[in-house]
This record gives sequence, C-alpha cells and structure tokens, in this order.
Amino acid sequence: MIRRRRWAMTAGGILTVAIAVAAAGAPFLAPNAPHVQFEDRLFAPPMPLHVRGHSGLAAPFVYRQVLEDRVGRRFRADVNTPVPVRWFSGGHLVSVPSGQEPLLILGADSLGRDLFSRLLFGARRSLAVALAGVAGALVIGALVGGFAGSQGGRTESTLMWFSDFLLALPGAYLVLVLRGLLPPVLSDWEIFLLLASLFALTAWPHAARGVRSIVSVERARDYAEAARALGAGPFRQFLHLLPAARGFLAIEVVLLVPALLVAEATVSYLGLGFPAASASWGTLLQDAANVTALTEAPWLLAPAASLFLVTLGLHLVNPERPETSPRV
Amino acid sequence: MARSALAGLIVRRCAAAVAFVMIVACTAFLLVRLAPGDAVTDLQIRVADPEVIAATRARLGLDQPLATQFGRWLVGLAHFDLGQSSTFGRPVTSLVAARLLNTAQLAGLALVLATCVGLPLGVMSGARPDSWLAKSVTAVSLVIAACPPIIATLILLWVAVMTGWLSVKPGSVALPVIALAAPVAAMLERLQSQSSAEAAHSTSVLAAAARGIPSSRLTWIHATRQSLRPVVGVYGVVVATLFSGSIAVETITDWPGLGRLTLEAVQGRDLFLVSGCALAGAVLIAASNLAADLLRLAIDPRLRSAA
Repeated sequence: MIRRRRWAMTAGGILTVAIAVAAAGAPFLAPNAPHVQFEDRLFAPPMPLHVRGHSGLAAPFVYRQVLEDRVGRRFRADVNTPVPVRWFSGGHLVSVPSGQEPLLILGADSLGRDLFSRLLFGARRSLAVALAGVAGALVIGALVGGFAGSQGGRTESTLMWFSDFLLALPGAYLVLVLRGLLPPVLSDWEIFLLLASLFALTAWPHAARGVRSIVSVERARDYAEAARALGAGPFRQFLHLLPAARGFLAIEVVLLVPALLVAEATVSYLGLGFPAASASWGTLLQDAANVTALTEAPWLLAPAASLFLVTLGLHLVNPERPETSPRV
Repeated sequence: MARSALAGLIVRRCAAAVAFVMIVACTAFLLVRLAPGDAVTDLQIRVADPEVIAATRARLGLDQPLATQFGRWLVGLAHFDLGQSSTFGRPVTSLVAARLLNTAQLAGLALVLATCVGLPLGVMSGARPDSWLAKSVTAVSLVIAACPPIIATLILLWVAVMTGWLSVKPGSVALPVIALAAPVAAMLERLQSQSSAEAAHSTSVLAAAARGIPSSRLTWIHATRQSLRPVVGVYGVVVATLFSGSIAVETITDWPGLGRLTLEAVQGRDLFLVSGCALAGAVLIAASNLAADLLRLAIDPRLRSAA
C-alpha cells in the first residue's frame, strides 16, 4: 500500500498545485473576461493552438472561426488566415490581436461566453467556497470532538450521539432543504457565506468523530493524567490534548475538499447555489447536463473533467486510504 | 441469558431507528413552518385579493397556531395520513410512497451492483497485490473513485449518446444505477482489498494454511470471513452517500425519485410534503442502518457475545 504511494503522491501533488495555480492566476491566465458574450459564437468549438502551418513550423497561431450555419451552429476554421497569438499582452498570458477576437481555447457555452475563462474563474469560486466550508467544519469538528474526547462521560456520549445523528443524514439533502428554505435570490457574497456555512454544518461530524477518538485515547496518557493532577480545568485539558489530532485534521482537509466541491457542483447545478451568471463549476455544469448539448458540444464537460482531476489529485496526495472514506 | 441480551440489543436498535425517523420528520416540519414564507407567499405576489389569500390559508390550515398544526400532523401521522400537498393537490402519503419506491429501487440496485462488483474484486486484488490483474483493478478503482455520481452520470450519458451502448430514455434504469454504483464499487473494492491483505497475514489464516487448506479456500473463505467486518461497518455511511448522490443522478436522468420531489416541495414551501419526504427518507435510512447493524451482528460473533 505504502509502496505505490511515492510516485502517486508526486503526481497528485503536481495536479493539485497546477489546479490551485490555475484558480489563483485566473485573471492573468484567462484570455477573456468570464461574463463577456461573443456574438455569433454560441456553442463555438474549441480553437486548438497550432504550431505547424502551410510552410513548416511557425510561432503558435490559431485559425479564425467562421460561422457557417447559424441554426445548425456549424463553424469552420478559416485555414487561409492564421492568427498569431500574443503572449503577455494586455495583462493576459495569451491573447489574439484586437479585431481577431475571441480566442476560445475550450470553446464557448450556450451564451457565447469563453468556457476556458469561465472554468478558471469558476475554479476560484468553487475552490474558495469548498475551502471555507472545510475550515468551518474543522473548527467545529475540533471543538466538539476535542471537548467530547477530553471530557468523557455523559458530555462525550451526548455530543457523539448528536454527531452520529447528523452523520447518518445524507449531506446533500440537508444542504438542499436548508438552502431551499432561505430566500431564493441573494447576492453573490451572501450565497458564498451561506453555502460555506451550510457545508461546514453538514461536514463537521466527520472531523469531530476522528478528533474524539484520538483525544480520548490521548486522555489516558501520563501527561494528561499529570495535567489533571496539577488541577487543569476542562479548557486547559482540551488545549493539551487537541494537538494530538493535528495529523488527522490535515488529512481531513484532503478528504473534505473534493466532497464539498461536489456539493457545490450539485447545489449550483440544481439552481440553489450561485446564480447562473456567476461562473462556478456547478453553474457551468447546467449547460452540460442535456443530451443535445453533450452530443453537439462535448467540450461543455470541461468542468466535470476539472472536478474529476481535483478529486483524483487530492486522493493521490493523501498518504492514508483516501478513496475508502465515504464523505458527505 | 445471552439470547435475551441479544434480543434486548435488537429491540434497542429498533427503538433508536424509530426515534431517528421521528426526530427527522418533526425537525423538518418545524423548520419549514419557522422559515420565512409559506405555501401562500407565491399566491400573495400574484393575487392581491386578501380574501382569496385568507381562504387559501384556512383551507391549508395555515391560519392555526403552530402547536395546533403540529399536533394535527402528529395525529395524522399515527393514521399514516401525512396531510395534503399544497403544490400537487394530492395526499402526501401516496405521492411520497411512489417516489420513495423509485429512489429505493435506484439506491438498492446500486448498492447490490457495487457490492457484487466491488467486494470480489477487492478480495482478489488484496490476496495477490503484485499480480498485473490486481494492479490494473487498483488503478481503475482509483480513477473511478474520483468520479462522484454527478460526474459519472454526465460522462456515462455522453458515452451512451455517442456509442448507443446504454439507453438514455427517461425511465431506463441501467444508466442511473451504474452511475450511482460506480464510485461506491470502487470505494468498496479499495476497502476490501486492504482488509483482505491484512487478513491474509493474520495468525488464524496462517494456522489454517499450516493445516493444509488450499490457498483459494484460504482467500475466499477463511480470510474473507474476518476481512468483511470493516466493510460492513461502512455500509451505514454508504447508504447516506448513495442517497446524497441520487439527487444529482435523478435530476440529470429524469428519474422520478424522492430527491426531485423534496426539491420541488422545499421550493414550493409545501409544509406537509417536505415533512413527508423527510419522513420517507429517514425511514429508508433507518431501515438500511438497522439492516447493516444486524448484518454486522450476524458476521461478527464478538459483537454478539459483547451484547
């Protein structure tokens, strides 16, 4: 088990860092603004970068897209006019000269917006809400689990009964019902905070359970006994015992982030998360989830592929059995 | 003596299951009632006539105090009457029962499929971790475990449309079941594989090997008997995972299940329907957890003697 992990952890680490960098650098890496709708580019296919032209190798260039049939949404690459791409111009890594726009690396969505740019900006929103949710879940989980474990007795059994109760509920249902009961139209920020807190509220029992079992083992150790003998109160005991759960909490991050990314995707896909105009992986999936879109514009599956790559990367990074723990 | 203790344990588990269902259903009822807006809010925006609104409120029982509404609902519950849905205009009991069966069918088939595929492959790859077959199973599992149901459904849908291997017509069962089962099967395979590998090195298996028992029997019977325990232990969580995943699968594949009904009920502030859905979901979860508990008692004699 441990054997296969070395190369796997390297691969997973590279994948995870690459996606984090892509999300962080979205304004620089994205050729277009995520909300701009390009005329006559509805469902336009991806524009591959070419390096081989009519006369051998050339600097990277793209072919202009020409709309051939508006109803059938058929596009043709104009192979007679290669457009050289510009690097580091206008604050973007890669772009095309003005007048030749747009550069659609991954194609366009149903409203003619650049899918690649939306994917990058969506990664920011989705990853940020998942990380905020994980942070909240770990804080609540460490407090509840640590307190239960360091106290023992009735406090422990009551708190753990409650967390087991929440654990038995399907997380997605819980988030949907709670979200559905709140006002449907909220600003982007309010949705962000709301989703992050709902995710924290549904995910904390996973953390609490592990912290509790680590801390309650630790409570029997000599140093804990010594602290109690010196008259340490419940709070001080909690502070002494909690650091034992550090490693567990670190692994919990790796497990909960993919779970919450999927939760964001599900909730936003169903129309209860971020508004459709704000790019997130969930709202991007709304375009992909019908048979016509999938057959005519398979590039719309790009957000699903990104979600898969993040999950795979984080599973590979984890030194312990990552894929064996069902989450949320 | 031991027998009555075991019976007591089973009775306690059943009581806990009933309590679980009641807590979920009552919490759902109170949450919907206390949340801003009710089934008439929509009507208020469209029709301004206060008389119509008051009449609708009275018809739905929304003009009564909270305690009266809650009491009436509890009395109805005792008669298996969950009230009238305000969005569908039909009794909640029949609505929910039909959808519950659909979701149970989807999740149940997915659970069976995941178990039948995941566990044998796990035993196999755990017994001979260095064979090329085990290595490829492990690699495939890692990839599939990273495909949550929402992604698995989209990808399968795309493959199905492109190749025609699976039917994409609404109501066809194969695609949603496979999409829901795939990540769970991968997870069970990994878990069983690790558990089998540990069991293969246990002293009892070593003793059995010393008695001359053939290696296939060792792998499939002696080692599997003890390695099943951790896997059965996660079945409760697996059921919750299947349920969570079923919402996305049901929506994408147009499967008329409990997930979509719950969504519609919550959005319409349909008090009785939300409570009914919560009750139905809780019943399904409690029943499967109870089954997992009993299964664990059946395969692990230590738990029985501890009772």
